[in-house]
Amino acid sequence: MREHLPALQVVLPLVAAPLIVLARSPRFAWLAATAASYGALVAAVLLAAEVAAGGTVSYAIGSWPPPWGIEYRVDPLSAFVLVLVALTASLVAPYAERSIGAEIAADRRYLAYAMYCLCLAGLLGMVATGDAFNLFVFLEIASLATYVLIALGPQRRALLAAYQYMLMGTVGATFYVIGVGLLYLMTGTLNLADMAERLHDVQELRPVLAALAFITVGMGLKLALFPLHQWLPNAYACAPSMVSAFLAATATKVSVYVLLRYYYTVFDPWALFERLPTGEVLIALSVAAMLVASLVAVYEPDVKRLFAWSSVAQIGYITLGIGLDNQAGLTAALAHLLNHGIAKGAIFVLLGGVALRAGAGALGVADLAGLAARMPLTALGLAIAGLSLIGVPGTAGFVTKWYLVLGALERGLWWLVAVVVASSLLAAIYVWRVVEAAYLRPAPAGAGRGEAPAPMLAAAMAMAALCVYFGFETSFNVGAAREAADFLTRGLR
Amino acid sequence: MSAAASHFSYWATIALLIGGLYILIARGNLFKKLIGLAIMQTSVYLLYIAPGKLIGGTAPIVAEGYATYSNPLPHVLILTAIVVGVATLALGLAIVVRIREAYGTVEEDEVLKLDRADAPQRPER
Repeated sequence: MREHLPALQVVLPLVAAPLIVLARSPRFAWLAATAASYGALVAAVLLAAEVAAGGTVSYAIGSWPPPWGIEYRVDPLSAFVLVLVALTASLVAPYAERSIGAEIAADRRYLAYAMYCLCLAGLLGMVATGDAFNLFVFLEIASLATYVLIALGPQRRALLAAYQYMLMGTVGATFYVIGVGLLYLMTGTLNLADMAERLHDVQELRPVLAALAFITVGMGLKLALFPLHQWLPNAYACAPSMVSAFLAATATKVSVYVLLRYYYTVFDPWALFERLPTGEVLIALSVAAMLVASLVAVYEPDVKRLFAWSSVAQIGYITLGIGLDNQAGLTAALAHLLNHGIAKGAIFVLLGGVALRAGAGALGVADLAGLAARMPLTALGLAIAGLSLIGVPGTAGFVTKWYLVLGALERGLWWLVAVVVASSLLAAIYVWRVVEAAYLRPAPAGAGRGEAPAPMLAAAMAMAALCVYFGFETSFNVGAAREAADFLTRGLR
Repeated sequence: MSAAASHFSYWATIALLIGGLYILIARGNLFKKLIGLAIMQTSVYLLYIAPGKLIGGTAPIVAEGYATYSNPLPHVLILTAIVVGVATLALGLAIVVRIREAYGTVEEDEVLKLDRADAPQRPER
């Protein structure tokens, strides 16, 4: 049983999806989706423990030995991302019943859960697999499920958001597969570890460079790297609340993982960062994301879109950490995968609760007026998660920025520290708009009182509590991130 | 054979890729964009399959009389990619049908105009 864990955690949600479609009962669908999420979490935590104790776990699918068969490979980096995805899924799934019940028509609910399971299976598969083409297939499984989930949003503009995301996402996936094709032509293998070995002997570098460019742009589209982020604000703003929370915490993060996987374990990172301007390009785009997207968020009237723009800016912090190309920068990037995931997850879950009480329609910042009186716990959770987005000391967001600043100083890039501070100030402004509306403006007359249903609130408060917990006790987020960063840079310089 | 002629399949791949991307970006009709997407994905099929075929090559059979083999793996990979492409196209068309039902048009600019009316407005100051 234990040796099958790498496959099992992908298979569980993958099998749950068709069962849900066959059963056609929303209640069963919710139970199956929750059980699959918890099963995946147990498997991910056991795997992480195994990796921490004994190093990389390799699993040959169908007992075909790699590099001929498909290999599942869990190392410190993938174990960390697996736990992140499974943890988010387990926090969001119990919350889903009330949220999906309110936002999606009764006869379509079970389909939403089936798509959620497929999306989870795809994301976990992307992280666990050690095969370049298998990764593409899982990427498309996750993406197609995501498009459907977004199209299920309560307003009609969700359809256009899903359509635009589908176009950009498919272009991204196609670029990725072109890159893999070029690498396959040059090395004759699809196993990532084997490919890295054989790339050393490749003489003709132009196709390899083209592959690097295609994979970078393709994954850049999927992870919403500025200026390839255009699909993200609409997709997150229009999706059902539970889907926004799940995607904001996982989908773009898994794409960051794929990029890291290629940069550090397939291509030669020394050549990548010393001889090519990869780091400079990443830093320039990240700085633009941190400033421009934050500025847009400051002026955005729709609350969900505001926080979606904030996601683009926060992804800038992650790619900035990668671009810095040192231990502290990578640690910041990896830790921020988790730190941002829980903060943004908490915010979208809470906004789901507000939308549930406010009724259908887009939620403007003005609609949050007097929220502290109407829904005190929700307002508190929004404020805490917002503080973590700004990076106030004592929250998880601060820990990331601390390491980012350390990484920038190590590289001697003083001006980057100023950019990080400026971006944090912009974050303070857009978070303040929400907090000001919630705490200082009077509630409109006739507005109903009452918190969101308990299961929804519990999920959000758990995430908000984690934002504070990880701000003080950093042994899991920074500890595991540093472990993974060590693994990536080991023996390279 | 000249270099240009022997690399014919690569030129075709590039033409399909760029043509598909152009349609995807330049057209405002949601159906036509999907056609561009499908053409673009076709270029990938060609990119994988063409180098896997050797002229005069056979299936990889270990026996007398079979000396030159074509690599069968790219064909199998592209079979998977074609399935993915069909699924994407089907989903895209389904979404366009739903957009047509909800908005009454499949022109992107008209849909965007209708959308702007739905979005929350900035309060007057």
